[in-house]
Amino acid sequence: MRLKHLLLGTALAVAAAMPASAQEGIYIPLLTYRTGAFAVSGAPIGSGMADYLNMLNERDGGIGGAKLIVEECETGYDTKKGVECYEQVKSKNPVVINPYSTGITLQIIPKAGVDKIPILSMAYGLSASADGNNFPWIFNPPATYWDGASMFVKYIGEKEGGLDKLKGKKVGLVYLDAPFGKEPIPLLESLAKDYGFELKLYPVTASEAQNQSSLWLNVRRDRPDWIYMQGFGAMNPTAVKEAIKINYPMDHFVGVWWAGGDDDARPAGPGAKGYLALSFNQTGTNFPVIQDILKYVVDKGKSQLPKDKVGETFYNRGVLNSIIIAEAIRNAQKITGKKVINGEDLRRGLETLTITAARLKELGAEGFAAPMAVSCQDHNGHNAAFMAQWDGTKWVKASDWIAPLKDKVNPLIDSASKEYVGANAGWPKRTEPCDKSS
Amino acid sequence: MDILYKIFIDPFMQMGQAPDLLVQTLWEGLVAGVLYSLIALGFVLIFKASGVFNFAQGIMVVFAALTLVGLYALLGRWGLPAGHLTAFIALGLTIGVMFALAVAVERLILRPLVNQPDIILFMATFGLTYLLIGMGQIVFGGESKVMIAEELYLPRGAIDFKLAGGFVSLQKIDIAAAIIASVMVATLAIFFQRTRIGRALRAVADSHMAALSVGISLEQIWVVVWFAAGIVALTTGIMWGARSEVSFALEIIALKALPVLILGGFTSIPGAIVGGLIIGIGEKLGEFYWGPLLGSGIESWLAYVIALLFLLYRPQGLFGERIIERI
Repeated sequence: MRLKHLLLGTALAVAAAMPASAQEGIYIPLLTYRTGAFAVSGAPIGSGMADYLNMLNERDGGIGGAKLIVEECETGYDTKKGVECYEQVKSKNPVVINPYSTGITLQIIPKAGVDKIPILSMAYGLSASADGNNFPWIFNPPATYWDGASMFVKYIGEKEGGLDKLKGKKVGLVYLDAPFGKEPIPLLESLAKDYGFELKLYPVTASEAQNQSSLWLNVRRDRPDWIYMQGFGAMNPTAVKEAIKINYPMDHFVGVWWAGGDDDARPAGPGAKGYLALSFNQTGTNFPVIQDILKYVVDKGKSQLPKDKVGETFYNRGVLNSIIIAEAIRNAQKITGKKVINGEDLRRGLETLTITAARLKELGAEGFAAPMAVSCQDHNGHNAAFMAQWDGTKWVKASDWIAPLKDKVNPLIDSASKEYVGANAGWPKRTEPCDKSS
Repeated sequence: MDILYKIFIDPFMQMGQAPDLLVQTLWEGLVAGVLYSLIALGFVLIFKASGVFNFAQGIMVVFAALTLVGLYALLGRWGLPAGHLTAFIALGLTIGVMFALAVAVERLILRPLVNQPDIILFMATFGLTYLLIGMGQIVFGGESKVMIAEELYLPRGAIDFKLAGGFVSLQKIDIAAAIIASVMVATLAIFFQRTRIGRALRAVADSHMAALSVGISLEQIWVVVWFAAGIVALTTGIMWGARSEVSFALEIIALKALPVLILGGFTSIPGAIVGGLIIGIGEKLGEFYWGPLLGSGIESWLAYVIALLFLLYRPQGLFGERIIERI
């Protein structure tokens, strides 16, 4: 009798310890950072991602009858910890990895093909990984950092009366001195050559993120006509405050989409009015999808974020990230006919993903983001973004959708992709066949 | 030749041509320097009392600032009106929390480790760091908060004045930070140099055993010192939080005290003050006038270069005690 109990107990213990994928569920790990210097951005993004997926579980019982198993791993935006998280979760058969850090993305790009786990780095990571031929396991829709920088140049060109009017102008790049921050430099250098503007670089080391006074004195001395900020975390609100301190015109100061959070502008008070940032998702709770999240997750006390933060820019961006994952899962289920898919299936789902305006409406996200499409060759789509402007209390849409300068970005993607492959001896040639788009 | 000109001539020409920028840079350096001094003082106090480099000083800054804004929000939810009174009640409660933290550290960490090697105590402060990170995260969440600066009567805006065709802008919050930090540094310096507790602290710093043998209470000294370090952390958190925001990133700011300590010596209060000012002004001048030659962003390591240059001449630090041992 005792032996029977022992065997039963052991069997139960083994069952409990089985990897998530062995159960009837789809395992989605989320690499998040709710602590550390970058938690200001990481906490709302992480909650947006988790809350949408949990809402699908609560409302629909998962996707296509398969429950979603959502698990967070705290990286603190630290590359080492992020890679540890990756190693920790990969044995549980994740269908996708969201690194949420360019540094972590760069480290795990070579592992993705080997481990057969697709990486979704939504509008961050290695711009060159948009090339699906050389990076079949990496996806970075809806736009690369190079697209973003080109949208900025296009926008300031329009404001100055044409791209040719940029000749002789001074453009500053304030950037986090890390792989993420340095990403737009090659594109901006190339555009500076093409349009004749002078590019001034202002790096901010992570340790000086909240101590930028001397950098902004340099800005005051150089007087750039426009500033683009590739910033993140605590660096952003400090930069906005310092720009106000030197009386820099806020409507000539443009942040990348990761520098356009509510907590980036709000701490600076009324002086931040006019600050601009690129964005590819709308803010607010006035979307059926956000209302469902409130009803099924937040109001039941299942979110990690205070209710008043729901609907803010970065929260909604996390939601968009999970919409992409969920749509790719649905697509993969359709292609393979399986209920519980694996990483290889999701790669196919991502590679043929098309989210139309009509589909966004069905999802309760009409106008929430621009329609997007990913293809076998193009893992990004180079989709449009818009300029958002801080009105003193909230972000408002301040421009139409701005398409990137694809003719400038695409050749750079091709050459950078070839360069990456050339620099990594033995980089595998693509063997994965292409599916038809959804 | 061109590079020599850019290093040795051009920066000084710039200083002469744009004195407004020079004054502005010196002012920014002074404000940063005073705040560095304040942070360094937190380290020095604990090092003097227990011979331990308190790795948790940085997270104490975050914890204190988060507690203040968190309690203010909590009092608001309990029905107290937003404003100055509630802010000062929150401030009083936060001081109470920092005292409770000092007592807890003494009871739970230091007392069981009396007479253990310094490295054990150092490792214990690592543990305390991660405990406070976790607690702060659980209680207050990871998202950033806005410091209740106006509610604490901290000023906003700037005083601008013209100078040699340019202008100098002094942020009122920076002026307040410089004054408050200076007063705080002076008060603590006098308290620990001139009072009975200060003398007891110096005795403890020399030898725990000898101090115990003459009837000095180690427990009392440790609580006082950790409480003082907590108040220093709270002041730093308020000031730096008002200049930027209250988030876990403030922890990194505390590491700016390291070159100050190397320069000023780990055991010297005047060293922390003078060291902070030298590092603050030195790094701002270096970044502004010589930084562009090296692609900018040199501030983070320049402070260590300045400190190491001083160490070449004074290995014990600017005001550190000369160590003489019999062989």
